Amino acid sequence: MSGTALDPRTAPTFPMAAHKLMGDTQLRKNVRHATDVIQNKRAKVVGEMPDWQGLREAGKSLREHTMKHLDVYLEQFERNCTAAGGVVHWARNGEEAKRIVIDLVKASGSNEVIKIKSMTTEEIQLNTALEAAGIRPYETDLAELIIQLGKDQPSHIVVPALHKNRQQIREIFQREMNLPDLGNTPQDLADAARLFLREKFLKVKTGVSGANFLIAETGGVCVVESEGNGRMCLTLPETLITIAGIDKVVPRFQDLEVLLQLLPRSATGERMNPYNSVWTGVHPGDGPKAFHVILMDNARTEILADEEGRQTLNCIRCGACQNACPVYRQTGGHAYGSVYAGPIGAILTPQLQEMHHAQTLPYASSLCGACYEVCPVKINIPEVLIHLRNKVVKQNGPFGPEALAMRGMAMIFRSEARFRAAQRFGRMAETPLVRKDGNGEGWIGWLPGLLGGWTQVRDLQEMPKETFRDWWEKRADAKGGKHGN
Amino acid sequence: MATDARTAILSKIRSALGTKATPEAAAAAWAGLPRDYVRVSTGTKSELIERLIDRLHDYDAQVLEVEATDLKAGVAKMLTARGATKMLIPLGLSNALLPEGVDFTVDTGLSAAELDACGGVLTEATLAIAETGSLVLQNVAGQGRRAGSLVPDYHLCVVDVAKVVGTVPEAISALQATAGLATTFISGPSATADIEMTRIKGVHGPRFLDVILVH
Ligand code: SF4
Repeated sequence: MSGTALDPRTAPTFPMAAHKLMGDTQLRKNVRHATDVIQNKRAKVVGEMPDWQGLREAGKSLREHTMKHLDVYLEQFERNCTAAGGVVHWARNGEEAKRIVIDLVKASGSNEVIKIKSMTTEEIQLNTALEAAGIRPYETDLAELIIQLGKDQPSHIVVPALHKNRQQIREIFQREMNLPDLGNTPQDLADAARLFLREKFLKVKTGVSGANFLIAETGGVCVVESEGNGRMCLTLPETLITIAGIDKVVPRFQDLEVLLQLLPRSATGERMNPYNSVWTGVHPGDGPKAFHVILMDNARTEILADEEGRQTLNCIRCGACQNACPVYRQTGGHAYGSVYAGPIGAILTPQLQEMHHAQTLPYASSLCGACYEVCPVKINIPEVLIHLRNKVVKQNGPFGPEALAMRGMAMIFRSEARFRAAQRFGRMAETPLVRKDGNGEGWIGWLPGLLGGWTQVRDLQEMPKETFRDWWEKRADAKGGKHGN
Repeated sequence: MATDARTAILSKIRSALGTKATPEAAAAAWAGLPRDYVRVSTGTKSELIERLIDRLHDYDAQVLEVEATDLKAGVAKMLTARGATKMLIPLGLSNALLPEGVDFTVDTGLSAAELDACGGVLTEATLAIAETGSLVLQNVAGQGRRAGSLVPDYHLCVVDVAKVVGTVPEAISALQATAGLATTFISGPSATADIEMTRIKGVHGPRFLDVILVH
């Protein structure tokens, strides 16, 4: 993968990219190893929580509630953050957000910034824009540093460099940090990063972050991290600029009692990640003297307007669905052509593009349901995928370029995916796959799993819900004008 | 420009939702959200302490239990074991904690480089969470500003057992009244799993974390 940013508007379609990446056996091995490790850790710490399902239900209800009152909570956040000395900006899209950041950095007198890992800034390709404006961004999260120095792209929302193994990381560090004798244990590599960034932390005057949660009730912001690079960026610079999607708001401080249990266990398989920071505006004598937060829409309101797609906004970006996904585990993240890969990417990316690009992504799934089972806020990803497939078909017809591209998909889902799909999701998936033709007849345009190869060349008529005889009799009646379908 | 974007986004949200929600309606709906999870732990205090110690050990933190009267000796023992001689302390930390023979520097707003020159930092905590092995620090006397417990390579944290709670919900309730303070949850030393998912201690925050529990 080159240094070209992952951009759903220009990326090759998923089947093309996946086909190519699946030839990279090293990548597949790395992805499989990393996702296996996280899944095992997650299973262990989730298993020790007797109230896990209750927490998931609470998380889901909380997020649904937030979206239903999004305007109220954003206004509350704005008011309370402002009262605490923060400055709130609004951005309709990525371009506006980038312009605001660049202007703020320039006004702060810096030509460099230290950055905390933020998928929102990746989404809008902030680094490219900063560089074009003569501002040098330093990524400080270890994985993001690996990506930046390796001129690579993130492939996972929590562990963005999980597609690289230690030898590959060592080569990047040897070359880019000029350390020919660097060892190859993970400890050696982490130490090198510590030294490399220490000086930047101590001297760069402007920090840029994302946010995990914006707390409406207090105007506070919460950032969850592991390494302490986040805390460095949040506390040492004089100016801090936080960019957050409008979906990141939560109603109250108390809601952290749910989210701070769900997120760490789901994301990294830890009871709690090493550091959570909560700050509210500007704290005199503690941390930055100026704090700005940019509330960015960038198509989130479009998603909100689609009642069936809306649950996508409930995502707390834990990455569990990526680790559990048999398709992601085979292709890795780059095939999705977006910083949001895996099941969440398959539903989020096309919607962020207002369904104008990335239209093959809703098909990048075997609908096995593993993502739904692990999602800490119970987003029914298969349901949204099917909804989006229907949207794509409605928009382009069954012979649109996406539908055609999907004919190459069968190869991707061999082995694991096929069986899981067939066994776990078959029946539940059937109904929503059906689309009605002009005569009200149900047709199944695309089937996951074992039957997939067949439906790629012809449409299957919906399985009868009644016996042939019943159907025949009703049909005869219908001709008399009594029944529709 | 900014006002335009604000108006546009809020009105898009309202038309997406088909209603204009009111703060009152939001508050009522929030109060009715399901909370079918463990709010308050059931164990005895000594079970909680045991659990906290177990979690802290999981993070490779050393834990020392002392009586209040032996606190100074306990601090001395931990610092000697770590070979720490130059320690940062926040404003308002009780002198009763400070053994002789160690160079303590009070954080009166030191520069980042001065913080970096301190080998370690000694603080108290607002509370500790047994279930997750977390220490919660806020910017108050004895705990100090956030950078103080971050830049030095070693963090020794003194926690009164009265401040140990069982669960995350108990901790959040206890913090509600001071939610506006800068607050940091610390669960073990700085770590990363970014390289092959191997947990490596100490990237940018303190590489070593020890805890003294005061009975
Ligand atoms: S969709 Fe669910 S599982 Fe996937 S990243 Fe979002 S919260 Fe996590």
